[in-house]
Amino acid sequence: MSAQATTTGPTASRASGAVVTVRDLTVSFATDAGPILAVDGVDLEVAPGEVLAVVGESGSGKTVTAKTILGLLPETATARGAVVLANKAGTSESDVVALSRSQLRAVRGTDVAMVFQEPSAALNPVFTVGWQIVEGLRAHRRVGRAEGRRQAIDVLRRVGIPDPETAVDKYPHQFSGGQKQRVVIAMALALDPGLIVADEPTTALDVTVQAEILDLLRRCRDEFGTAIVLITHNMGVVADLADRVAVMYQGKVVEQADVRSLFEDPQAEYTRTLLEAVPRVGGGVVNAAARVEARADGWAEGAPVVVAEGLRIEYPGRFRKPAFVAVDGVDLSIRPGEVLGLVGESGSGKTTIGRAIGGLTPVTGGSLSVLGVEMLGARERDVRPVRPRIGFVFQDPASSFNPLLTIAECVAEPLVVHGRAADAGDARDRVDELLESVQLPRSYGDRYPHELSGGQRQRASLARALALDPELLVADEPTSALDVSVQARVLDLFAELQRDLGFACLFISHDLAVVDLLADRIAVLYRGRLVEEGTSAQVLGAPQHTYTKQLLASLPVPDPVLQAARREELRALRV
Amino acid sequence: MARRLSWGRLPVVHQLRQSVGLQRGMLVAGLVITALFLLTALAAPWLAPYGFSQLRSGDVLFGAQQPPSAAHLLGTTVGGYDVLSRVIWGARTAALVIVVAIAASIVIGVLLGLVSGYFGGWLDRVLVVLCDAVYAFPSLLLAILLAIVISGGQSDLWGGILAAAFSITVVFIPQYFRVIRAETVRIKAEAFIDSARVIGTSHRRIMGRHVLRNATRTLPLIVTLNASEAILTLAGLGFLGFGIEPTAAAEWGYDLNKSLSDVTSGIWWTALFPGLAIVLAVLGITLVGESLNDLADPRLRSRRAAAVGAGEVAETSVVPGGTLGAGPAGLGGLEGSGTLGDEGIEVRP
Amino acid sequence: MTTTTDQVTTADPPGTGTSRSTPPRKKTSGGGGLGRYVLVRFLLIIPTVFILVTTVFVVMRSTGDPITAALGGRLRADQLAERIHEAGYDRPIIVQYLEYLGGIVRGDFGTTISDNRPVSEVLTTYGAATLELAVYALIIAFLVGVPLGLLAAHHRDRIPDAFLRVFAILCYATPVFFAGLLLKLVFSVGLGWFPVAGRASTGAELQMMALPDPSGFYVVDAIRTGDPAVLGDVLMHAVLPGVALGLLTAGVFLRLVRTNVIGTLATDYVDAARSRGVSEHRLVRTHAWRPALIPIITVMGMQIALLLAGAVLTETTFEWKGLGFMLAQYLQARDFVAVQGIVVLLAVIVAVTNFLVDVLAALIDPRVRY
Repeated sequence: MSAQATTTGPTASRASGAVVTVRDLTVSFATDAGPILAVDGVDLEVAPGEVLAVVGESGSGKTVTAKTILGLLPETATARGAVVLANKAGTSESDVVALSRSQLRAVRGTDVAMVFQEPSAALNPVFTVGWQIVEGLRAHRRVGRAEGRRQAIDVLRRVGIPDPETAVDKYPHQFSGGQKQRVVIAMALALDPGLIVADEPTTALDVTVQAEILDLLRRCRDEFGTAIVLITHNMGVVADLADRVAVMYQGKVVEQADVRSLFEDPQAEYTRTLLEAVPRVGGGVVNAAARVEARADGWAEGAPVVVAEGLRIEYPGRFRKPAFVAVDGVDLSIRPGEVLGLVGESGSGKTTIGRAIGGLTPVTGGSLSVLGVEMLGARERDVRPVRPRIGFVFQDPASSFNPLLTIAECVAEPLVVHGRAADAGDARDRVDELLESVQLPRSYGDRYPHELSGGQRQRASLARALALDPELLVADEPTSALDVSVQARVLDLFAELQRDLGFACLFISHDLAVVDLLADRIAVLYRGRLVEEGTSAQVLGAPQHTYTKQLLASLPVPDPVLQAARREELRALRV
Repeated sequence: MARRLSWGRLPVVHQLRQSVGLQRGMLVAGLVITALFLLTALAAPWLAPYGFSQLRSGDVLFGAQQPPSAAHLLGTTVGGYDVLSRVIWGARTAALVIVVAIAASIVIGVLLGLVSGYFGGWLDRVLVVLCDAVYAFPSLLLAILLAIVISGGQSDLWGGILAAAFSITVVFIPQYFRVIRAETVRIKAEAFIDSARVIGTSHRRIMGRHVLRNATRTLPLIVTLNASEAILTLAGLGFLGFGIEPTAAAEWGYDLNKSLSDVTSGIWWTALFPGLAIVLAVLGITLVGESLNDLADPRLRSRRAAAVGAGEVAETSVVPGGTLGAGPAGLGGLEGSGTLGDEGIEVRP
Repeated sequence: MTTTTDQVTTADPPGTGTSRSTPPRKKTSGGGGLGRYVLVRFLLIIPTVFILVTTVFVVMRSTGDPITAALGGRLRADQLAERIHEAGYDRPIIVQYLEYLGGIVRGDFGTTISDNRPVSEVLTTYGAATLELAVYALIIAFLVGVPLGLLAAHHRDRIPDAFLRVFAILCYATPVFFAGLLLKLVFSVGLGWFPVAGRASTGAELQMMALPDPSGFYVVDAIRTGDPAVLGDVLMHAVLPGVALGLLTAGVFLRLVRTNVIGTLATDYVDAARSRGVSEHRLVRTHAWRPALIPIITVMGMQIALLLAGAVLTETTFEWKGLGFMLAQYLQARDFVAVQGIVVLLAVIVAVTNFLVDVLAALIDPRVRY
C-alpha cells in the first residue's frame, strides 16, 4: 500500500525539474458531521510536458488535491504540507500552501491554470468569452484593448473554435457543450502556463465530444509543452491521455506508475479491483450466449411486451416556438424475458422513450403498446391496470427516494398502493425479502435514504421496482451516477436477478460497454431516430451505421496500447 | 438508529445545532428576544402595573403627558394612559394578530399552492397571475382596504384583532402560495415523484405523502419573516387610524399615531417606548428568520474551518452530513462524483 | 423596437443551441428573444392592472355606496338618497363597474365627496410630491444599500459583515413612521437642524407658486426660481423624510445585494476566474456583481410596493403633502371615491415599474437578449 515505494515515472523527462511537487499534503474539511480528512499525506510530482492522471472514485480526495495546486480550497478547509510550483521556464519556485493572497494571484493563470468539469458553469454567463479571456490576460500584464482581442482570437483559433473572429464576441450560452469546454481550455492556455489542472474535463460531455477534447488536451501537451494533471474516474480516459498515473483511495495515493505498467501489471490491490470493475465492450458476449442457450423453444414467437411503431414524441414549444421532436419514428419491440439495451448520447431521446413506456410522458404520434395497452392517447385510468406489471429504476439514486420516508416505507409503497399490504408495517416481511434479494441487510429498511450510499440506494431502488414481480423493467441509466466499482456490483446483481426472475427489460444507457454486459439486443438512437438495431454481437462486432461506428470508436478502452491504435481508427473514421 | 435524529430534526433546534460563530450568535439573540416578546405577551396581566385602558388609580387620574416618574416609569400618554402598561399589553395584541394571521394564511396558501403547483393547467395560471397581482400590490394599502371592509375602521378587541389579522392574511396568502407552489413544482420534477407515479400512486396520495411534507420544509423560515411583517403592518394600520380602540386593547401603532403631535413639542416618552417595542419584537423575529434562511442555503451557511489533519477519512461514496436539505453538504459538494450530464430537454416532462 | 417578422426567422430549434446558426452579426440587438419577451411581459400588465382595479372596486363597494360611507350620519335620509341618485350609485353594480372601468381608461377617476374635486386633479397635484419623495428615498437607498451590501459580501461572516447585517435588520425592523418620529425628535426638535414638517416653508412655496406653470417637483421649481435660498429650503425639508424612507429601503437593498453576491461568489465561474489570477476585489465587483444584478434588479422592482406603502406612512409623519398624506386624510374623511382613485393609481405605478424593471433585467442578461 505504500505510495513511494512503487515506480516513479520516466526520470529522463524530469531533467529540468518538476513543474509541481506535492509533498506530504494533508487537507481536512469541517462538515456538519465533524471534520473530515479528505487528503492524507499525498506526494506527487509532475514533470514538464507530462500528463499525470490522478484517478480515483468519489471521496478519494483527487479533486481536493487538484484544487490545492491552485490554492482554490474553500475556507472550511485546512491544508498542511507543501505544493511547490515552478514556472514554465523553471526559473522560480513557490509553495502554494504558504503563499499570500496576492502572491497566489500572481501564480494563478501564469504558472498553473485550471479546466473545470462543467464548462457551462465555469463560464460567466453575462460576459462574452473574449472579455473573459482578456480579463485573465489583464490580471497579469498590461494589455491594450486591440492587443487583448487579437490574443483572444488567436488562442480561440488554437483550440479549434471555428470562426474565432466572431466567436470572441459571443456569450457562453451561444456555444455547444464541447465548444464551451474548448473555450475553457483556451482560457487556461491564454497565458501559456507550464501546468494545467484538468478536473474531470470530459465527464459532462458525450463520448464523441470527449474524444475531441482529449485530442485537444493531447495537443496542449505536444504543441505547447504544457504539463497536465488530469483528474478523472474514467480508466479509458486515463489510458487515452496519461503518461503516468497516480491512483488515489480514501485520501491516499495507493499506487503511482507509468501508464503501461499500471494497466499491465497493477501492484496495489485496489488498482486491480478498479481495473477489473471497468466494463469492456465484448465482455457481455458470453452472458448473452448463455441466455440464448437457456431459452425455451418458440420463445421468439411469444407476444412482445413492448411494441413501438413509428413512435413519435414531441415536447410542445413555448411562445409559439415549434415543438421539439424528441423521438421521431422509432420502431422497436421487446419480447418477454429479453433485455433490450437502448444506447444514445444526450438529446438522443432514449430517456424519453423510457418515460413514455412508464406512462410519464405522453406519446404524440405513431403507436406504443405496453403489455397490450396502447399508450397513444391513453389516460391514467387506462394505464393503471398494467402499472403493477412494470418496474422502473431511475438514474439519480440521490433523488429517487422520498427523503422523509425510511427505505422500508419506500420499498413498501408499491405493495400498499396496489392493496397487497395495508401499510408499510404489514408489508415488512416482503420488504425484508426484497432487500435480501438485492443483497442489502434487513436492518437497512429502518434507515433513511440519505444514510445509504449511492450504490446501496440504487439497489434499494431495484428492490422497489421488483416489489410486485413485474414482467417489464425499465432501467434509465441506473448506474451512470455510480463509481465504477459500485457500478460493477450493481450490474452483476442486475444480471443475476434478471436471470432468476426472467423479466423483460429496457436498459437505457449512454455507455456501450455497460449495455453490452447485460443486453440481448442493442438499439442505437441518434437525434430521436433509431439508426441501428441488432444483437449485441452484431451491433458491437460489425456496426453498420457510421454513427454507431463513431460511437464505438470514441469509447476509450482501459488499455493504453490498444487505445492508441483505436485512436488512429477514429481519426480515419472522422475524415 | 432510525429515529435517533428525531429531536435534532425539529426545525429550529436542528438549525441551532448546525450553526456556528456569528450565525449562531444571531440565531441565539433572535431566539432570546422572541422568547421575551412571547413571555411578555403571555404574562401581560402580571407584568403591567396598570390595565391598558386604566385612567386612574383609586380616584386619582393619572394625568396626561406626565413625564416618567416612580408611579409611571415611562410616563403617561396624551390620553392619560400609563405608557409602560400599554407597551406591555401591546405585546399581547401583536402576538394574537400574528398567530391568527399566520395560521389562516398558511392553511389557505399551502393548500392553494400545492394544488396549483401539482396539477398546473389553467387553474394554476389564473392563480399565479392573481397572486402575483396581489403580491405586487403595496401590502399596507391592501390591508387598509380590507380593514375598512371587515371592521368599518375601528372596533373592539376581537373584532379589531380579527380585522387586522384577516387583512394581513390576505396579504400573506400569495407569499405562501408562491413558495409552496415553487417547491411543489421543484419536487414534482424529482425522481421520487416519478417513481411514485409509475407504480400508480393516486394523486391524492402523492400530494399528501410525497409532496406536502417535502414542500413545507421552508415554512418555519417564511413564518418568522411574515411574523415580523405582520407586526409592522398592524402598527402601520394603527398609525393610520385603523387600529383597535384604546379602550379595547393596547396597540403600539395607535399609540405612536397619538404621539405624533407630542414629538413636535418635545415630549419623547410617548413615542419612544411603543416604537422601541415594535423594533425589538421585529428585530428578534427577523434575526431568527434570517438565520434560518442562511442555514437553509448551503451557499450562505458558514462552517468552521477544520483543525489541521483532524477527522476520519471519508468512507467512499457515502454522502456525509445528512442535513434536511438535499444540497451539497460536506464532501459531496466538493468532489465531482462523476455524475453524467443530465439529458437536458429529455428529463423535462 | 423589433418588428414581429424577424421573430420567426431567428427561432432556433431547441437542444441544438444557437452556435452554428448565428450569422456574423454583433450588436444588431433584439432578435426574437428580447422583442418577444418585452411584448409578452408588457401584455401581462393588463391582467395585473385589471385584477387590481377590480379587486379595489369590489372591496370598496362591499361596504356600501361611498356617499353613505362619507356623509351617512350627517344628512337626512331623503337628502342622502338624492345625493346617491345624482351620483348614480343606485344603478346596478355591474353598470357602475363598467362605467368605472371606462372612466379609468379615459383618465376619469370620479369626483371626491368630501371636497368635491375631480380625483384626477388630486392625483396630478399630489402625485409629483410622492414621486419626488420616492426618488430621494431611492437615491439614499442606492447610495447606502448597494456599496454596503458589496462590503458585507466581501467581508462575509467577519466583524464588518455582522455590523452591517444588524444595521440592515434594524433598518427594516424599524417602522418608517417611528424612524421618522425619532429623526424629528433628535434633529428638528432637539438640535433644530432641520424643519419639523412640510415640503417647504411658506415663503418658498409662494415663490414657487408664482412661477408660470409650476411642475410640482419642488427641486425643479426651486431651481427655476433661481433663488438659492428657496432651493436650500426645499432640500432641508427633504432630508429627514428622504432618510427615513430611504433607510428602510436601504436595509432591504443591503441584504439583497449581500445574499445574491455571496450566491454568485460560490459559483464555478468565479472559481474559474480566480484560477486565472483575477483579484478578489474584482471578483466581487465584476464577476459576482453582474450576474447577481439580474435577481437584484428584479427584487428591487418589487420593493417599489414597499416604498409606496412606506411613502404613505412617511408623508403622514412629516406632513409631506403627497398622495400618501392625502390618502390618510381621505381615509379619515371616509371619502372612498378619492381613496379608490389613489389606490388604483399606486397599483398602476407598481405594475408599470415592475414591467420596466423586468425589461431592464432582461437587457442585462445576454441569455434573453440574444
